[in-house]
Amino acid sequence: MMSVSLANTDLLWAALLLVLNGAISLALGLRLELNLAMVVLRMVVQVAAIGFILRFVFLQSSPLWTAAVALLMLLVAGYELAARQERRFRLWWTYGLGNATLLFASGLATLYAVTVVIAPSPWYAPRYLLPILGMVLGGTLTSISLVLQTLADGIGRERGAIEARIAQGGTRFEAFAPLLRRAMRTATTPLIHVISMAGMVTLPGMMTGQILAGADPIEAARYQIVLVFILAGAAGLGAFAAAFGGVLIISDRRHRVRLDRLAPFA
Amino acid sequence: MLRIDYLSIGGLPPLSFEVAPGQCLTIEGPSGSGKTRLLRAIADLDPAEGYVFLDGVERSEMSAPLWRRRVRFVSAEPAWWAATARAHFPPAAKLDRLIAALGLEHVNLDRPVAELSTGERQRLALVRALADDPPVLLLDEPTSALAATNAALASEFIKFQILAGRIVILVSHDAVQIERLATARLHLADLEWPRVPESAAA
Repeated sequence: MMSVSLANTDLLWAALLLVLNGAISLALGLRLELNLAMVVLRMVVQVAAIGFILRFVFLQSSPLWTAAVALLMLLVAGYELAARQERRFRLWWTYGLGNATLLFASGLATLYAVTVVIAPSPWYAPRYLLPILGMVLGGTLTSISLVLQTLADGIGRERGAIEARIAQGGTRFEAFAPLLRRAMRTATTPLIHVISMAGMVTLPGMMTGQILAGADPIEAARYQIVLVFILAGAAGLGAFAAAFGGVLIISDRRHRVRLDRLAPFA
Repeated sequence: MLRIDYLSIGGLPPLSFEVAPGQCLTIEGPSGSGKTRLLRAIADLDPAEGYVFLDGVERSEMSAPLWRRRVRFVSAEPAWWAATARAHFPPAAKLDRLIAALGLEHVNLDRPVAELSTGERQRLALVRALADDPPVLLLDEPTSALAATNAALASEFIKFQILAGRIVILVSHDAVQIERLATARLHLADLEWPRVPESAAA
């Protein structure tokens, strides 16, 4: 390994910079020091815990442990998705739709990545599966969240126009088409920005990490490209599934708009 | 023939009535009495218990879009889903007579709908509703936003539709219009719940 191993004292040296920030906040009366200390502490605990959990799971290398951690990640992502919504679908709809679309898109993309694209042996090796799932979940979560938000906002504002089209004998998908398109565009636009910026302005986090950890930059770039493809594919799939699922939920089989299935503003 | 059988609208007793082609049932009642909800339920736009038959076929026996192509609800505040009025009409529809009958010849159908006046939009909603020739019209205060002359024109237009054999249910607050168009009248505030026999109530 060409990389320099980090000791705990190195972490303290790095933290010195943040202490400096805290001092500035204190001196200028920004009142951010307490908040900063809290989030820093939280971050350290979270990341350290993940580190220990991953090391444990890597050592086991058992499909059961891997599946358990993957499931836990999915549930946390599903919870985060629900928490991000301002105007929510009713409880079990939110968790149902959010988790189902997350599971569908992230699961499909991750399984594809580890069985076909990267194909470690065994394919369920947690060292590959879990980090990929994590990245894919993060991207998919954002796009699904944007789709649901756009749908929920849009149906409130455009209910009249949608119902007018339904009253004229249109199907629910005809009536919802403009809103569906907008929701999927809104969800996909940030993705396109991320893809176009990768490597130009920002060196993507994963690639940076690999290079720091001693990997060959070309190899790191290959991994990064593969992951961007998989992540973007999953996020797009998730947006599509969430948009169609969302329409199926806010309308019924008789093509009626069912706003009663949307909870009021929380 | 449009037949309503035990249709349940919240707060009202179950409703049963029939409207034949060439007839116009008017519905009156104070705000909140359920006039709009009744029309929406007949068009199957809101879930409602009960049955609605058109020429002997119940609404659940056909797809909802097909039902609404025959049973056409026109909202009191018509909404528009595309930019121009023309985009809302079937491309092949012959609209000249409808447009002339409602005094809309001067309106440029390719202008943004939002730039038209409220009255023009309300009359264009009637054109839109009739463009594909549905046998049943459910009109919710179709002349509420119209000035007196245009309201009279629209009333005559509806009268013509009734004479042409359409089934019309009309919600209106306009006594003159009701007098002119109604072949039967329903007052929602006057409805009574069916009495339960005392033996059954105990």
